[in-house]
Amino acid sequence: MKLKLHVWRQNGPNDKGRMEVYEAPDVSPDQSFLEMLDDVNLVLAREGKEVIAFDHDCREGICGMCSQVINGVPHGGQDRTTVCQLHMRKFKDGDEIFIEPWKARAFPVIKDLVVDRGGLEKIMQAGGYTSCHTGGVADGNALPIGNDVAEYSMDAAECIGCGACVASCPNSSAMLYTGAKVSQLAVLPQGKVEAHRRVMVMTEAATENGFGNCSNHYECQASCPKGIDVKFIAKLNREYMKALL
Amino acid sequence: MILDGKCPTGPIETSWDRHRFETKLVNPSNKRKFKILCVGTGLAGGAAAASLGELGYNVHAFCYQDSARRAHSIAAQGGINAAKNYPNDGDSIYRLFYDTIKGGDFRAREADVWRLAQVSNNIIDQCVAQGVPFARDYAGYLDNRSFGGAQVSRTFFARGQTGQQLLLGAYSALSRQVKAGTVTLHERREMLDLVVVDGIAKGITCRNMVTGAIESHWGDAVILATGGYVNVFYLSTNAMGCSVTAAWKAARKGAYMANPCYTQIHPTCIPQHGEHQSKLTLMSESLRNDGRCWVPKKEEDCEKPAGEIAEADRDYYLERKYPSFGNLAPRDIASRAAKEQCDDGRGVGPGKRGVYLDFADSINRLGEDTIRGRYGNLFEMYEKITDENGYKQPMRIYPAPHYAMGGLWVDYNCMSNVPGLFVLGEANFSVHGANRLGASALMQGLADGYFVIPYTIAGYLATVKPGEVKDDHAEFKKSAEEVKANIDKLLSINGTKTPSEFHRELGKVMWEDVGMARSKESLEHALKRIPEIRDDFWKNVKVVGSNEQFNQEIENAGRLADFFEFAEILTKDALNREESCGGHFRTEHQTEDGEAMRNDEDFCYVAAWEFKGVGVEPELHKEPLKFENVKLAVRSYK
Repeated sequence: MKLKLHVWRQNGPNDKGRMEVYEAPDVSPDQSFLEMLDDVNLVLAREGKEVIAFDHDCREGICGMCSQVINGVPHGGQDRTTVCQLHMRKFKDGDEIFIEPWKARAFPVIKDLVVDRGGLEKIMQAGGYTSCHTGGVADGNALPIGNDVAEYSMDAAECIGCGACVASCPNSSAMLYTGAKVSQLAVLPQGKVEAHRRVMVMTEAATENGFGNCSNHYECQASCPKGIDVKFIAKLNREYMKALL
Repeated sequence: MILDGKCPTGPIETSWDRHRFETKLVNPSNKRKFKILCVGTGLAGGAAAASLGELGYNVHAFCYQDSARRAHSIAAQGGINAAKNYPNDGDSIYRLFYDTIKGGDFRAREADVWRLAQVSNNIIDQCVAQGVPFARDYAGYLDNRSFGGAQVSRTFFARGQTGQQLLLGAYSALSRQVKAGTVTLHERREMLDLVVVDGIAKGITCRNMVTGAIESHWGDAVILATGGYVNVFYLSTNAMGCSVTAAWKAARKGAYMANPCYTQIHPTCIPQHGEHQSKLTLMSESLRNDGRCWVPKKEEDCEKPAGEIAEADRDYYLERKYPSFGNLAPRDIASRAAKEQCDDGRGVGPGKRGVYLDFADSINRLGEDTIRGRYGNLFEMYEKITDENGYKQPMRIYPAPHYAMGGLWVDYNCMSNVPGLFVLGEANFSVHGANRLGASALMQGLADGYFVIPYTIAGYLATVKPGEVKDDHAEFKKSAEEVKANIDKLLSINGTKTPSEFHRELGKVMWEDVGMARSKESLEHALKRIPEIRDDFWKNVKVVGSNEQFNQEIENAGRLADFFEFAEILTKDALNREESCGGHFRTEHQTEDGEAMRNDEDFCYVAAWEFKGVGVEPELHKEPLKFENVKLAVRSYK
């Protein structure tokens, strides 16, 4: 396959940035999207030109490092798929592809397609945990947890923290991300104890770090590579209301 | 030199308890005066940083990713072992200990493995308390599955994402300490040197991967939890950023590298599809609970679709060769068996380098929904990569480099031979011997981080004056200058080949000559080729861009430069070890039916290598292994 790529290039946070055009002349359908970019970079490097910077690490869809908006959609629009697991067989010969970084005020660009997602860290640090010390906890089976509760908690816990939900949201909301953690812990007996405090400090941290409120577009769920359900935003709101009471 | 692992003597059942009592303590009010650097935030590093922070130490944690939550522990799929014996199927601490020693082909230290088995139960409790949503049965109790090399069900899991959930547990504990102010996180930092003052580890030099700034950090102790080195093979299941760099920089400063030839080639990975591939993807070993491995009996059937091959014409080779463990034979054995079938011309798929992993029987017995419930995400991942539906046709799998049992030498306290330098998790060599059993890496990472280092580091710190050496010491400046000079050199060569091209070249040699089967001849060939490629690299590499910016080419070139030096030690270790054991298979040393043949007379020791310079023979130090609780025996899974 032969493809034409329009790629966002920005040399550091202070550069204005622009789209540049590259050819990908010999793409195999079995390649992943990032392997296709590796080949483009190989040509650039051989020519002594700066390669396209992009975040990636595990390349198996779990670390949450990769972060590209492809043709306007975070992670490229294949259902429940990260960029690194998007394969070129989803494209066809002659396609023009537009590649941009996560776009959100809370995620300043570091270089090209690489952004700073430090805001997400601050939300977790505010209260995304149970306050248990190492050691001195009860036996794992001391507290039976219903299979349905464990499954619900796990559905929320699957979040990989990539930030696609924020990047796809017109209001740069991190409520799916925050809601997933709040919900995972709120339904478990070991997380319930601190549920009220947790939801307050995490939502406050989200606001402080430049993330907006949910505006019910559900773009977050559509772009989430783990298919995290917007019901966790509803759960977040319920937990918030409970904490206010 | 004969090395001493400083293991406790006396009855093994009480060895860790006695050692904990005998180890010195640091007074609670003095802990905050000690600064501890922790490099790597995976299961071992993340758990260590969090637990040490909880104790009140002043911890600084470093990772190359943009978040501590992204360390490669996150990719572990199948599960974590513990000797809980919840299923009442005969498990015990002793059995987990025994299975791990045997699984490691009698090349690990008994005392370390005992401790691991003992604390395994605490890990599950800890993770549950953190809110890790382990699988539960309908009564609400923790569920278990089986893994290779064990005849009991002792593996706890969270769907096919156990590593993710455990790491997020450790990350949450770490985040809590960041909030509490005991841990300072330094993300997007790569450690590029260990600072050693008068023979003692006192800090690190790292590169800020956003600005290119070379930073000095002092610490009263340095912990490396920087993972394994199998990206030396280029294609592996490791993340792209995994490297030997941190460990190798420590080796260059005097830390011994132990058993580097013990590399694990995982049997169930998605086969390679083409020349442009950047990594290989693992399919969890847990799949072998319900999947059956087979190849056609007849070579001429290999091109046919699997469904057209009659049952009688299929060779379920693991069940045939190892009837008592069957498809759950340990990894090294299952990998070699797969290679054997393909070498015999009976492989399937492109290049005939693949075997089938077939779920048809299990689907008939349990229904597709049950199988989907157990492994749904793995089937999805398989389909994304191969465009094939694993429910409708058997998966194709092939072995791939996955894990490093070898690593920096440490004593029972997880301290290397350089005082003040501690090494945890995959980065050390201690518990897996020559082969790691499935679901044991997660166990070791968390054991080291939560339950070992918080005790053992105190014994060292109690002998140290806090803050005695800081980053104004001349060694820090010298180290920073050397790091900068190395980067400048890489940038100045301006040759014709990129780092990734060189990495591919090195990887090809390592895979072909130092991979699943090794011989004197192949190893000597590798020892000729590695320095040739390395010399070419230093003359001909092209690294674009500058240091003072986000520059992934510099990162890759630096990591590769270390792989070149390390690859030679790995190969020399493989050449020295004239026996086959676990993941190290020398073709000269095998039984008539192709099983590994150990040589306990001459090689029942840990080989710890001291780096003496590029192109200089490394010095071999030995730590003899004593087996007082498990009888040295031929390892059989038949």
